[in-house]
Amino acid sequence: MGRYILKRLIWMIPVVLGVTILVFSIMYLIPGDPAKMMLSPEATPEEIAAKREELGLNEPYLVRLGKFLGGIVFRFDFGDSWVYNQPVTKELLNRFPRTLTIAVICIGLQIIIGIPLGIIAAVNQNGLGDRISMFIALFGISLPNFWIALMLILFFSVKLGWLPPFGIDGFKYYILPCIANAFPGIATQARQTRSSMLEVIRSDYITTARAKGMSELQILLKHALPNALLPVITIIGNGMGMLLAGTVVIESIFSIPGIGMYLVGGINSRDYNIVQSSVIFLALAFTFIMLLVDLAYAFIDPRIKAQFARKHKRGHHA
Amino acid sequence: MSNNATSFLEVKDLVVEYTSEGSVIHAVNGVSFALERGKTFGLVGETGAGKTSIAKAILRILPDPPAKIRNGQILLDGIDLLTLEEKDMRKIRGRRVSMIFQDPMTALNPIMKVGKQIAEVIKLHNKISNKQAEAEAGKMLELVGIPAERFNEYPHQFSGGMKQRVIIAMALACNPELLLADEPTTALDVTIQAQVLEMINKLKRDLNTSMIMISHNLGVVAEICDDLAVIYAGEVVELGSKETIFDRAAHPYTVGLFSAVPTLDEEKERLVPIIGLPPDPSNLPAGCHFHPRCPWADEACERESIPLREIAPGHFCRCIKVSAQEN
Repeated sequence: MGRYILKRLIWMIPVVLGVTILVFSIMYLIPGDPAKMMLSPEATPEEIAAKREELGLNEPYLVRLGKFLGGIVFRFDFGDSWVYNQPVTKELLNRFPRTLTIAVICIGLQIIIGIPLGIIAAVNQNGLGDRISMFIALFGISLPNFWIALMLILFFSVKLGWLPPFGIDGFKYYILPCIANAFPGIATQARQTRSSMLEVIRSDYITTARAKGMSELQILLKHALPNALLPVITIIGNGMGMLLAGTVVIESIFSIPGIGMYLVGGINSRDYNIVQSSVIFLALAFTFIMLLVDLAYAFIDPRIKAQFARKHKRGHHA
Repeated sequence: MSNNATSFLEVKDLVVEYTSEGSVIHAVNGVSFALERGKTFGLVGETGAGKTSIAKAILRILPDPPAKIRNGQILLDGIDLLTLEEKDMRKIRGRRVSMIFQDPMTALNPIMKVGKQIAEVIKLHNKISNKQAEAEAGKMLELVGIPAERFNEYPHQFSGGMKQRVIIAMALACNPELLLADEPTTALDVTIQAQVLEMINKLKRDLNTSMIMISHNLGVVAEICDDLAVIYAGEVVELGSKETIFDRAAHPYTVGLFSAVPTLDEEKERLVPIIGLPPDPSNLPAGCHFHPRCPWADEACERESIPLREIAPGHFCRCIKVSAQEN
């Protein structure tokens, strides 16, 4: 198992390298001149040319790529932001906890609300519990999160004055963004849990458990749920990735200085280093989450664990 | 053997229906039989004849919906299982009555250690610690011929025959009074079949368990059962002791079943099949359900449903053509 984890961690290197080269190339190719954008509109062509020289934009593609990669590999330096004039790494590490906090809370809500909703729906298939749960899920999937966010602000901030409408300065500020952002995840989770539970509930081993004299609750907790968890965990992993990378909308509405806002700002001002490093950072986070998901699989399902074991045995002979 | 009051298990007029997209499937239509303690009763019939539904009805583990027990009594030592509270029924399942399932490949929880799956039922019905339950489960594994060291392995590490042994160990773990064996050897290959059958037979004798053996395999039935009922379209068409039915099969369906089995001592060019297919259980033929396939049928057979009659002491048959043939 340890061997497998190590192997997966090593595999992350080419993945992240690929992402780095890809995002670097895209930024190289898209139109828009960062030098022009940084200077005032009245800047003379000479000034712009001088700025380009200063930023190193006149050097050929491969040289620039090499310099960028070299900085990351040898100095863990993602370069400076041209707009803010400060190291990108520092700013990323500064902002990441906010985005991460929102993502973790949202995932938490997704798990503690979505999974029970799905279970209730599956156990009462076509019954009242199913209808109610799936109505909530449909609601969550159909309503865009920015609309929910605005409604929440309108109600809880403007009307009731209970919660701050924007900014980030303590726990209270996280409540509304997290609720607004968690809705689609809860809905997806509920639907996935339902369908995966329905499949499991019809299995023969559930009948076996019933024939043992177990109560329905015991069967649910000991036999049905653990078997239904695999697809559910996949959704959690994907959701986590989406939440880390995709909170831009929520961050903009609530003016939260997180990674999403940083990335979008970087794209708009053609601040190459911000875009590249944010994407690399997110790619790292995503691959790491996927590793955790795969490990969770192995932890839950001995058949998958056995496959891992076999794989690394083959590795021995190679 | 029939309606005496001392029967250990008595199934009376059991009716099970499934509802599927508006149409009603008549799976079990008024089945009655009785079983004495320590004896083995065979339920024989084609796939879809309702055998498994009868067994699951006894344990009350039919999937509801779509299945519903519409009528009948199932008396275990005089107590009607069908009127018991679910809570009390749970105490019977796995402890007094347990079941061996048809398909060992899917009947075990794939992500739970086999030993734990056996220990679970022991813990459930006995006031003992987890440790003791696990020790007992280990003993059960040994009993069915699996080394106790394999306690911590998972179902995918076992072959089909081994899985079936685990299921048998699970069913016998609480020393049940009645064992429902639903085609326990169908999913196994022939050599393993014999081993498993022999094992079930031995364990049953050692533990003095009564058993209902469900099978479409007449060989299996011959080996294990004391009495048997032939089921066709959810009805008992013939019932009697094994010897009676094997030696003096009366119902045309039973006769057909025997002539469709190859024998070693008779020279036969071809086996004689039963013509046609089992009837659609949502639309059973009127009168005798077997008449469309019966070589002896005439108009009288289509007119009204045929009662099960005692044609010789302890030998029951559901056919109006038979009494003339029997002495």
